Order: sequence, then C-alpha cells, then structure tokens
Amino acid sequence: MNKLIGNFIQPEARVLDLGCGDGSLLAFLRKNNQVRGLGLEIDHQKIQDCLQKDVNVIDQDIDSGLSNFQDQSFDAVIMSQSIQALRKPEVALEEITRIGKEAIISIPNFANWRCRLQLIFGGTMPVSSALPHDWYSTPNIHLCSLKDFERLCVAHGAEILERRLLSFDGQEQTFMKAAPNLLTEIALYRVKARN
Amino acid sequence: MSSNSLGQVETKRFIHKDTFALKSGKTLQGFEMVYQTYGELNEAKDNAILICHALSGNHHVAGLNEEDKKGWWDDMVGPNKAFDTNKYFIVGCNNLGGCHGSTGPNSINPENNLAYGSSFPMVTVGDWVKSQDLLRTHLGLPYWYAVIGGSLGGMQALQWSIDYPDLVKKIVVIAAAAKLSAQNIAFNEIARQAILADPNYNSEDKLPKTGLGLARMLGHITYLSDDAMREKFGRDMKKDEVNFSYDVEFEVESYLRYQGESFSNRFDAHTYLLMTKVLDYFDPAEAHGGDLSKTLKTVTAKTLLIAFSSDWRFSPERSRELANAFIEAKKDISFLEIDSPHGHDAFLMPSETYDNAVQTFLEKNE
Repeated sequence: MNKLIGNFIQPEARVLDLGCGDGSLLAFLRKNNQVRGLGLEIDHQKIQDCLQKDVNVIDQDIDSGLSNFQDQSFDAVIMSQSIQALRKPEVALEEITRIGKEAIISIPNFANWRCRLQLIFGGTMPVSSALPHDWYSTPNIHLCSLKDFERLCVAHGAEILERRLLSFDGQEQTFMKAAPNLLTEIALYRVKARN
Repeated sequence: MSSNSLGQVETKRFIHKDTFALKSGKTLQGFEMVYQTYGELNEAKDNAILICHALSGNHHVAGLNEEDKKGWWDDMVGPNKAFDTNKYFIVGCNNLGGCHGSTGPNSINPENNLAYGSSFPMVTVGDWVKSQDLLRTHLGLPYWYAVIGGSLGGMQALQWSIDYPDLVKKIVVIAAAAKLSAQNIAFNEIARQAILADPNYNSEDKLPKTGLGLARMLGHITYLSDDAMREKFGRDMKKDEVNFSYDVEFEVESYLRYQGESFSNRFDAHTYLLMTKVLDYFDPAEAHGGDLSKTLKTVTAKTLLIAFSSDWRFSPERSRELANAFIEAKKDISFLEIDSPHGHDAFLMPSETYDNAVQTFLEKNE
C-alpha cells in the first residue's frame, strides 16, 4: 500500500497525511520520495511513535475542521482508510481537495461480496479484517461502497484521476476489474478539485 | 542522594564588558550574567541545550544551590530525567533585569553609583536572546543543539529560532504564545498597578512588599485551572464556622496570602514590573507587519510545541496559532496538546506523555 501511494507522489512533494497513525507512511515517503511531510493524529501513543520516527505531527482532530490549512498548500493530501470514520466525510472531501493539489484517498469497500454475504445470509453487520469492529463499537460510522464514494466525488466537486483496486493486505488485484464494486476490498483513489 | 539528582550545583558569572545596546534605544555599560551548567559538553560540542526561564524563574534550573534549594525545573532536568544531563550539556541563566545575580534593578548604575531601581532600562525578549548569545560565545559553543522554555521561556526559544536560525537546531516551546492577548496584558497591568500603588514603591528604605505580594496572588490564579483550585481547596475553611470578618477563612485565601508573602520576600518588585512588560511587548511578528508565518520564514530549527489542556493563561489555542504559522511557513513542526488538570503550571510538572515527547523529540534525527 505504501509503495502504491508512493507511486502517486512526486519527489520532494509536500505531503499532508490526515490520520497519519504511527507515521510509518510519512517515514516511508521521506525515505523513498524525499517528501517533506506533516501528519495529523489525535492518539497520543501514535504521536509519540511519529516523534520516534522524527515525523512532523500535529495533534489535531480532523472532525474539528481543517480551516487552519491554506488553499493548495500541499502537493498531496493523504487520507488512508479513515474517511469512513469522520463525522462529515463530504466536508472532509471538499477540504482535502481545497488544501491539496491532489488527494490520495483509500476506502474499505462495504459492498464487497463478503460483506454482502454476511448481511444477506448471516443477517448481521459485516465484520472483516478491513472492518474488524462490531457495529456498536465501530469508529466507522460512514461506510460506503466504491459507487457511493464516486458519487460523493461527483456531488462535491472532486475529479477522480485514478483508481486502484486492492485486497485487504494492500495488494493490487487486476481480477477485481471484472466487477470492482463487488470484488474490491480496498479502493485507492487519486482525486483533485474539479476546475 | 538519589541517583537522578544533580546534587550541589555551582553558580558562575559571565561578565560582558562592552556596551550592550537595547531595543529601547538605551544601553547598558556592560553587564553581568549568572548561570549554571549541568552535564558535560561533548567533544563535538553538539549537545548544548539552553533552558530559558519564565517570569519568576532564574539560572538555578536544577540541582541544589548554596542554600540546598532545588532548582525550579529539578523535576525535569537531571540524570535520566526528561532533559537528561547524562546526554546533554544544559545551561540556565538569569536574564537581564532579573534579581538573582544578573545585572538588573538591584545593580549599581555606573553613571551615578546608585542602584538602578525603577530606572533600570526596559529590556525585551530580543535583548535577552542577544545577551544569551554572548553567553554562548563565552562558553565556546558553536551553536545550541536546542533552546527550550515554558511560558515566557518558550517565547525566548521562539525568538532564538527567529533571530539566530544558524545557531539553534531544535526548539521546544511549551505553554507559550506568539504574543500576549488583551486579557493577558490586562492581568499584567493589574499586577503592575498593585506594585506601583504600594506606598513603599520607590521609597528609600522600604520595599513594596504588599504590592508585590498582591501581584503574585493574582499571577497565581492564572497559573492554576479552575478544576485544580477546586480540587486543591474547594471551599475548605480554616475553622469550622465562618466568623463574619475579613480575616483568612477559606483555605484558598490562606494559600494565596502565603504565596504572595513568601514571594515578596524573595523577589524584587522592579524586576517583576520589568518582566511583565517584557511579556507585554513580546510580538516577534510585529517586525513583519503582524504576519507570523512571514516572521518564521528564515527559521531552520525543528520545532516542538506543547500545550496543556487546562492552561488558560496561554491556552492550547494560542499554541495552535503558532503551529499554524509554522505550517504556513512550511517548517518542521510538531504540536502536542497534553491533557492535564494543572493549568499553566503543568509545564513545570513531569508526566509520561510530556517527558516521552520532549525526550524523543530531542533524541531523534533523521
């Protein structure tokens, strides 16, 4: 996954990673793409992990807004599998494309066949390795399918430049192209604000 | 003695003989600056850290002084502590205008052989940083690996990164702000008025202790959070019944009076006045039309900002403003808001998150 994201990023780009976790993606990009990165994170253990990797990190909740970031001030804004956990994904999408010249967003696909089967035949909310939480304790309050996300992009001024179809472990799977919304486990998008 | 204490520490004196020009346009005919050092300077001379003190602090940062008193940041500075003297050569100095040995209102003015008192010239954070740089040269340090401070001390660290970008690699700015708010200045003004209104102010043979004590009482309220005061004192009374008088009845009254009184016995009123003005005047962005990010353009130091959730003197929002200016200026910046009930004073107290963050930030270099 890191490598795939790295392929989307120009050398020495200025990168903002929203929900950067322990900073491993930014550390990877610093090493491989010579990027100057900044992460946003609220978990203090993960912030500590970022400092451990000498990754710049700001203690900031994405849900409280991103108005402190200037228009087009980053070459790329990354949001890796966290848009579904935000209170207002549509606002976040608009903000991400405002702040970044490009945005790299990955989503767990809720319309994946395994999820569908669990719901139809199990009659329970799907639980999988990409979405490991029970319905009552999940941070993922706005799950969507590829189709849903792409509709959101259309409705909120984001142009999709590229889409990659991946399995849970972040590997690209070409067979998924046969029926993306059914087969894909994680989708990786490169988007920008529509002119 | 515990293994993480520095034990007895020695105060040294740096004497600068040349004229020292101040931002105000006034000059000092040389100055003296007292300082302490902890730990060893390594051969590469790349492990020196300057710790800047806040309003009422001084050069005695850690260890035990001549009177066996602990330094003001002894909880965090020492062997294996957050600022580890096994790794770093740490320097603390008493700023100009202070009352603990450096040239200040109690010093003799060479022009008239009288103590300066209220005639001691106004100094600024910029002046302090300039004088600290002379100390750096005196100590033979090629640069500071880091400059660190809380509150007014953090402002000095910030000023260092702006004024001497080539001479500081990292700064840690804790519980500070890029400038004071109207509310901050208002509190300082009341503190000053308390001193200036004391009939003993500028008296030949008496000290304005009542005024200075009042100023300190007021200051103390701003250092603590509402919750911390509730926790510490609540509405506890000295006696079981109220006695319908203006004597000390509530524990909080007793505490504040004690703090005010003991402070007025060890601190100088002129220095206190001066320090509050240094705070009020601090506004590094002023030189760039108020544009803080423009002010930070030349900064090269890696920066860590830390704020405490219950601090209302310099709230986390003030640190966020500063962080945003660093982000806009495209600088290396990290910011951490630590949950703490202790208000502004939290910066003086070690905690796991706090210690780990500063230790790791200082240690790591990719």
